[in-house]
Amino acid sequence: MNLNKEQLLTAYRMMKTIRDFEERVHVEFAAGEIPGFVHLYAGEEACAVGVCTHLSTEDWIASTHRGHGHCIAKGVDVHGMMAELFGRKTGLCGGKGGSMHVADLELGMMGANGIVGGGPPLVCGAALAEKRAGKGHVAVAFVGDGGSNQGTTLESLNLAKIWDLPAIFVVEDNGYAEATSSKYSIAAKSNAERARGFGLPAVRVDGHDFFAVHEAAGEAVERARSGGGPTLLDCQVNRYFGHFEGDAQTYRSQGEAQQLRDHQDCLVRFRERVTAADEISPEELDAIDHETQVLIEEATVAAKAAPEPTEEDLLTDVYVAY
Amino acid sequence: MARTLSFQNAINEAIDQEMARDPSIVLLGEDVAGGEGGAGEMDAWGGVLGVTKGLYGKYPERVMDTPISESAFVGAAIGAATSGLRPVVELMFNDFMGVCFDQIFNQAAKFRYMFGGKAETPVVIRTMMGAGFRAAAQHSQSLYSMFTHIPGLKCVVPSNPYDAKGLLIEAIRDNDPVIFFEHKNLYQLEGDVPEESYTIPFGEAEIVRDGEDITIVTLAEMVHESLKAAEALGKDGIECEIVDLRTTSPMDEDTILESVENTGRVVVVDEANPRCSMATDISALIAEKAFASLKAPIKMVTAPHTPVPFNQTLEDLYKPSADNIAAVVREVAEYQKSWETTASNN
Repeated sequence: MNLNKEQLLTAYRMMKTIRDFEERVHVEFAAGEIPGFVHLYAGEEACAVGVCTHLSTEDWIASTHRGHGHCIAKGVDVHGMMAELFGRKTGLCGGKGGSMHVADLELGMMGANGIVGGGPPLVCGAALAEKRAGKGHVAVAFVGDGGSNQGTTLESLNLAKIWDLPAIFVVEDNGYAEATSSKYSIAAKSNAERARGFGLPAVRVDGHDFFAVHEAAGEAVERARSGGGPTLLDCQVNRYFGHFEGDAQTYRSQGEAQQLRDHQDCLVRFRERVTAADEISPEELDAIDHETQVLIEEATVAAKAAPEPTEEDLLTDVYVAY
Repeated sequence: MARTLSFQNAINEAIDQEMARDPSIVLLGEDVAGGEGGAGEMDAWGGVLGVTKGLYGKYPERVMDTPISESAFVGAAIGAATSGLRPVVELMFNDFMGVCFDQIFNQAAKFRYMFGGKAETPVVIRTMMGAGFRAAAQHSQSLYSMFTHIPGLKCVVPSNPYDAKGLLIEAIRDNDPVIFFEHKNLYQLEGDVPEESYTIPFGEAEIVRDGEDITIVTLAEMVHESLKAAEALGKDGIECEIVDLRTTSPMDEDTILESVENTGRVVVVDEANPRCSMATDISALIAEKAFASLKAPIKMVTAPHTPVPFNQTLEDLYKPSADNIAAVVREVAEYQKSWETTASNN
C-alpha cells in the first residue's frame, strides 16, 4: 500500500473519531440532549477519510445533511462540532447552524447542507475560483444517492465538465434516499454510468474499503490538480443508523444494519488489512481507540457545560454590514 | 463632469470600471457575451438586450457564457464568492428565480448567519424585471418583494441611469449578496452620468420631487409614471413629494416617515402584484410608525392580483399608469374625515 505508517495511523484515527462521535451523538440524541435533527454517518467513514486524506486545508469540500464525517475528515475541530450540535455559543457556528450547517471555511469546509443537492453548484464555484488562482487546489462535492438525482447535481456535472473545473463529485450511495431505495430512484445502471453519460470519467468504488476509496480518490484528485477536469466517484456505502435519528427504519430488512456491522465494517476491514500486513500492531490501533473515546467524552462534557448564545446573538451576523 | 448615458450603458460602465479595478470580479450568465463555441462572433449579444456588450472584448478571461442551468451557475457564483472571487452573475429574467432560488435564499442568504459570522458572500445577481414589453406572464414580473423578504439578501432597484451606475458599483463592492433589479423598460432612458466611478449607499432613498401636500413612495419605472402624475396634479394645486426608494433592502424608513409626517397623506405606487408586496410592507411601516401624522388612509396603486397578460391593451391596464396614480393621489389628497368637514363648516 502506498501510504506510510503515519498516514495509516492518521486515517484510522480519523475514521475512529467519526465513528465514536456518531455513536455518542446517537446516545445523546436518544437521551433528549440534542435539539433538532441529526443524520449520522456511522458506517460510511472510509469514504470521507479515503477522499479527504488527499486534501489540504486549501482544498474545498461541500457536504450533505449527513455531514459530521466529512467535517471531521477535513480536520474540523471536534469540540467545536459537538458544541455546535448542542447549540452552544462555543460551537463552530456559535450555536446558530446546528448539525445540518456545521462549517469551517478557513479549513475549506463549505458546510453541511440542509438542502439535498445544495453542495455541487457551490463546489463548481469554489473549483472555478481555484482554477483561476492556478495553485492546483480542488473542490469536492459529497452527495448521497438521493442528491445524485437532484437537478443541481446533474447541472453541476455538466458545468464542471464544460469548464474543466478541478472538481470531484463523490456520490455516497448508501442504498436509501431517506426511506426510498436508490435501486428504485436511479434509472441509470449506476451513478458512474450516468456521469460517463455526462462526459465525466467515473468509477464505482467499494466505500467500505478505505484503500479502494483512497486509490480512486487519489486518481480523481490528481486529475483535477493537473487540469484534467472533474471526476465522479460512485461509492457504495452503508449507514448503520436511520436517515435521521428517530427513524424506525422499517424500510430496511430486519437485522440489516447489524449484518453490515458484523460483516462489512470499514474499521474492522482496515484493522484486518494493516495488521495482517504487519504495518501496524493491534495495540497501536487499540491505543487510538482509547484516545478517540477520551476525545469524544471530553468534547461532550465540554459541550454540555458550555454557555448558550445570548439574546443579542439572535440578531447578529445576518449581514457583513447593513 | 456629466454627460448623458442610457440606463443600460450606465450599467455596462459600472461593471467595466469595477472589472478594470479589481481582477477578482468575474461576469457570468447566459449569453452575457454570446457566441461561445459557435462559428460566428464572440460577444455576439452582450446579454439578451445588449447590456454587457463589449465587456468580453475587454476582459475575455473573466466574462463567461454559461449553459442554461441557473441553479448550477448561480450556485457556482455563490460558491465562488465564498472562496475568493467577486462574481457578478446574471439571472436573465427575475421570473427565472424559480429554477435557482434555493441557491439564493437558502445558501447565499444564510451562510453568514448559519456559519456563525464566518462566511462572506460578495456576489451580485443582476436580473431583469418589469412589464411593458409584451413579453407576457413568465418574462414580465417584478419580484423584488420576494427577495426583500429574505434576511441576508440586499435588494437594489434603480430608477435612472445615475442611480444605476452608482448603486451597481456599490453592489459590486458590497460584501453581502446583492440582487440588482434592472427594469427592462428603463434600459433606453437617458440621464446625466458622471464619467468617474462613484457609489451610492444602500438604504438612502431619494426625494425626486418636493411637495407639501401628499407623499408618493415608489420605485423603478413607477418613479417616472409618478412624476408624470405629479406634473398633472401640480396644475390643480396638488403638490406631490415623490420618494424613490432605490433600495428595498435595506430600505430608507426615515425618509419615508419624515415625508409622511410633513404631508400627512401617502400613496404607495408599486408595479408588482399587490399581495405581500413592497406596497403592503411600506403601508404597514407607515401605519405603525406615522399613524399620528396621517390625515387620510394609506392607499396603494399596484398591478392587479393576476399574471401579466400578453395582449397590449390588457398589459397597459395591468401596469399602473400616470392617470391611475393621479386619480388615487387626488382621492387621498382630497380625503377629509367627516368630523373635520363638520368642524370646518361651523
